[in-house]
Amino acid sequence: MTESGDAFDRDTLPAPEGATGALLRSLLRPRRLRVAVAALLLVLQQAAVQAGPLLVAYAIDRAVPALRREDYGPLIAVAAGYAGCAAGAGLLHYGFIRTSARVNQDVLLDLRGRIFRHAQALSVDFHERYTSGRLISRSTTDVESLRELLSEGLQELVGVVLSFAYISVLLLWLDLGIGAVAVASFVPLYLLVRLYRRRAAVAFSARSTAIAAVIVTFAETMNGIRPVRAFRREPANDARFHTLNHRHERRNGDAILEMARYVVGSRLVANTAVAGMVLWGAHRVAGGTLALGILAAAVLYVRRLYDPIDRLGMFLNSYQSAAASLEKIAGLLAQTPSVREPAAPRELPPARSGTPGREVVFEDVRFAYRTGGEVLPRFGLTIPAGQTVAVVGSTGAGKSTLAKLLARFYDPTEGRVLLDGVDLRDLATPELRRGVVMVTQEAFLFSGTVAENIALGRPEATRAEIEQAAKAIGAHDFIADLPDGYDTDVRKRGGRISAGQRQLVSFARALLADPAVLILDEATSSLDIPGERAVQRAMDTVLHGRTAVVIAHRLSTVEIADRVLVMEGGRIVEDGPPAQLIGAKGRFAGLHRAWRDSVVG
Amino acid sequence: MTDRSSTRSLLRLWPYVRPVRTRLCVAALVAVVASCLGLVISLVLKWIVDGPVAGRDPGGVWWGALALLVLGLAEAALFGLRRWLVARPLAGVESAMRADLYRHVQRLPIAFHDRWASGQLLSRATTDLSLIRMFLAFPLTFLFVNGVTVLVGCGLLLAQDWALGLVLLVPVVPLIVLCSLFETRYALVARRAQDQVGDLTTVVEESVLGIRVIKGFGRHRSQAAAFRALSRRLRGTELAKARLLAGIWAVITIVPELAIGAALVLGTVRVADGGLSAGTLVAFLSMALALRWPVESIGFLLAMSQEAATAVERFFEVMDEAEEDGGGAGGGGSVAGRSGGLRFENVTFRYPDAPPDAPPVLAGVDLWVRPGETLALVGATGSGKTTLTALVPRLHEVTGGRILLDGVDVAAMPRQRLRELVSVAFEEPTLFSASVAENVLMGAEGADDAELRRALGVAQAGFVRELPQGAATQVGEQGLSLSGGQRQRLALARAVVGRPRFLVLDDPLSALDVHTEALVEAALREVLRETTALVVAHRPSTVMLADRVALLSRGRIAAVGTHRELLRDSAEYAWLMSGAETGTGGRG
Repeated sequence: MTESGDAFDRDTLPAPEGATGALLRSLLRPRRLRVAVAALLLVLQQAAVQAGPLLVAYAIDRAVPALRREDYGPLIAVAAGYAGCAAGAGLLHYGFIRTSARVNQDVLLDLRGRIFRHAQALSVDFHERYTSGRLISRSTTDVESLRELLSEGLQELVGVVLSFAYISVLLLWLDLGIGAVAVASFVPLYLLVRLYRRRAAVAFSARSTAIAAVIVTFAETMNGIRPVRAFRREPANDARFHTLNHRHERRNGDAILEMARYVVGSRLVANTAVAGMVLWGAHRVAGGTLALGILAAAVLYVRRLYDPIDRLGMFLNSYQSAAASLEKIAGLLAQTPSVREPAAPRELPPARSGTPGREVVFEDVRFAYRTGGEVLPRFGLTIPAGQTVAVVGSTGAGKSTLAKLLARFYDPTEGRVLLDGVDLRDLATPELRRGVVMVTQEAFLFSGTVAENIALGRPEATRAEIEQAAKAIGAHDFIADLPDGYDTDVRKRGGRISAGQRQLVSFARALLADPAVLILDEATSSLDIPGERAVQRAMDTVLHGRTAVVIAHRLSTVEIADRVLVMEGGRIVEDGPPAQLIGAKGRFAGLHRAWRDSVVG
Repeated sequence: MTDRSSTRSLLRLWPYVRPVRTRLCVAALVAVVASCLGLVISLVLKWIVDGPVAGRDPGGVWWGALALLVLGLAEAALFGLRRWLVARPLAGVESAMRADLYRHVQRLPIAFHDRWASGQLLSRATTDLSLIRMFLAFPLTFLFVNGVTVLVGCGLLLAQDWALGLVLLVPVVPLIVLCSLFETRYALVARRAQDQVGDLTTVVEESVLGIRVIKGFGRHRSQAAAFRALSRRLRGTELAKARLLAGIWAVITIVPELAIGAALVLGTVRVADGGLSAGTLVAFLSMALALRWPVESIGFLLAMSQEAATAVERFFEVMDEAEEDGGGAGGGGSVAGRSGGLRFENVTFRYPDAPPDAPPVLAGVDLWVRPGETLALVGATGSGKTTLTALVPRLHEVTGGRILLDGVDVAAMPRQRLRELVSVAFEEPTLFSASVAENVLMGAEGADDAELRRALGVAQAGFVRELPQGAATQVGEQGLSLSGGQRQRLALARAVVGRPRFLVLDDPLSALDVHTEALVEAALREVLRETTALVVAHRPSTVMLADRVALLSRGRIAAVGTHRELLRDSAEYAWLMSGAETGTGGRG
């Protein structure tokens, strides 16, 4: 693993002090009424539950003597009281679960939505640095651990604390001595819980590191199964996996044993305290200073008191992991998008008659990453409406950065990028995408049908328009050959779609979107020559008159360009019509000659 | 109920449980004893109340308290002992199952992996296995322990007092039935919620992985709308879950409390008329409290067992798939008289999961790559080139016909030997989480440093020297991420490092820029001179590496010849290589 100091290599992004608390408050604030109702219901429910033993005391100390005097009043009171408490406890519990579930689910819905929208709003440069895997686990695993706490742990945790409080107060009220023993037992219990939390945190983090290593190896083997087989890695992989798996086994055992130690410790404390309380109470009853019913009630309370103690450790674990997750989420939400939506959006001027394309101007643009490292030194560039520009140069020359500035994936560090005289930063997203669309090398297909994937370019497009776009790019034939044609699900069986075919689909998207400016960033790299020709034809016909910026390794694309830019080290070193550059003695002439040779052979 | 099939699934765990069976049994016995000690505590309370307390004997109280202390300590110690007994063995069972699964899936046919998403396999290796471990740790033991405890408790209650005992026990059976009914319904809703979380995760993953497309087309609003719809649906399901849960909790709270209340009223009357001792009433109530957990838990223990049974089924669903066999036993000496090189004889292939009416991908391919020759394979997109290359190292099995290496049928060769002979560079260059050197050298056991340098040289992977730790730099999922062109060059180095006898390259230069491509070609020519090679080519520049070219069209070899011959004679070839729209050959 790389040991660089880049914060993006770590899970937890830097967040301002108190961001986690602020996030939690902002999630709960809109639901504070419901939270209050839920809390009230829980308080009342616990009160109803804890009334039982008091009624037992009343029954033994009052109702029994009263019955012996033929007085049925207290007995009826006990019966009515018990039935009332039972029904009350049940109904209050019902109400509490439903109310708190509403709160929990609303909070989760809110949080999921926030993470999703925020991740979508964050700029491409963020996505390039914070890996997709981390981002995905923020919105899945981390939300899940919060869900676990909310739906399982939290109410139990609060319930345990409440019942501790109620029972302690009741015991103290029934008998100071018994109550004192109970309260005294909280000290070792507290210490025990604290010790356990500390040790469990270590054990659990060791375990999760171990399982993460197992998962990575497993997934990597499955995803690369062909090379694994072809290069006979199975035995070597088995050995490697054995080591990792065995380490996880040990860590897993450690974590389970840690839990076992806690359970034994807490049970020991609890059972000792029970014996102490019974001793004290029984002693006083035998001595005649305490009523028998009080002792009975105390004994019942004491048994209830320590009942949930085993589970307390579990809830604390889920609390701890949820807190860690929330912190990571808060760190993500604290990131500000470097490319922002305009506060006062402007509209593009009406297209000049005759050309659907628009003029692009880079005005004194300079670009450097926020972490430093200049990529494009200050430059100026004007692309007239309707011109097709090919950008060539070696890897790292800055071609993609140029394209991303034009697509507004990045904003320039200095200077402006203008579309028909309007700064890209002043355009709202829908307006921007009517103006500029970029097709990249990784032709990603979303789950759904082929037609839906093409329609991504213009959701309101009809089926006829979709097919027309596919035909224009030469994708219709292969799509028609798929099991369900345009309705084939790209993620299902039979949907074997090659890299080249994916690129054609993503090209059809761009045709459908019909932008004024089209950027192709290595968008034809996986196409064979007929595919490439189809794209060129489409640009000549369907997209005729649009402004186009084409980045390609292959120089075949250059043949359709009106103008070629050669980039090197972030600078444009040659600029002119292809014929002129080929005729000159520059870099492009050399590249072109090499390419010509390779084609003709 | 489907309990029979669940039980049958769970029984399949036996081979894994067998080694730890003694410990599991001892642990269960220990747990039964510990659990019953909890009941005995109630009896001690009765003795204290009816004996020393009623007799006003403060001294006797000490004995009672001491007995309680001893029982309490014993209970704690026994529960601890149980956990200690099973902790490591069960972690061991889980890891043994995981190791077996990993070993097995590594050896399953590629066709299996085509069918199964890696996420599906991964969830079996993690979530399902930990469910199974939990099952062995809790439900398996506690269904037994709690069952015994409930029976013992019932016995004790009835032995103390018939009438009171019955009042308390009447709701036990309906409660257990209600709980397990609830668990069945709850499991259904929970499954639905799980699926919906899965759908939501898919949208999240795609929105992150496809972020450039979404931003490029300004579609984040429609993504957000899709996400909102799904997360609202999930919220609805979760609320339905909560409704069920609230209902069952209300029942679980009210029914036993009412029974206890009834017992209290009846008990009070009996104590008043002297038919029952006060101590017995206290013991009753305390025992009722002690029995609540065992009774209530049976429902969710059954549900956990059900879940575990599903997990076991999912596990064995993969384990029951047949592994790739070791290949033929023969293949020692090449059959004399037969021509050498790589020969396809009437090879047909259809994917095992293809619909039966679909035409085969390869329909009778006859092709001979002569010893030492490099043959380029050209064909339209989707013509089956990649499929054909996968048949040589037997990543897929031919449906018909045969493939001969130096005269020996690949089906007759041990797979290990076959894959030693044939080295492959795939279209999608995959690197593993390991150093550059390890990634390259996995193509050849025991190759030395010089060999590594030579291979990196052939692939023009000079960039390796500029990596932070050179060839020792970690790459792959957990290391430095390399560009497509860089990964492709490393994959190429991996293929050529062992100086393999047969080389299969699937479009090995597609991601390289013109300049690098020319350099790689020059170096690769040297390597190709020594081996028999089949190279899938999309472009004239790659075809130039080959001595001859074969055109694959509609599942057959349509033409074989030199580049120039085919350009002249085959319209389809000319169309593929130049894009010129003159020929009659369309796409297959």
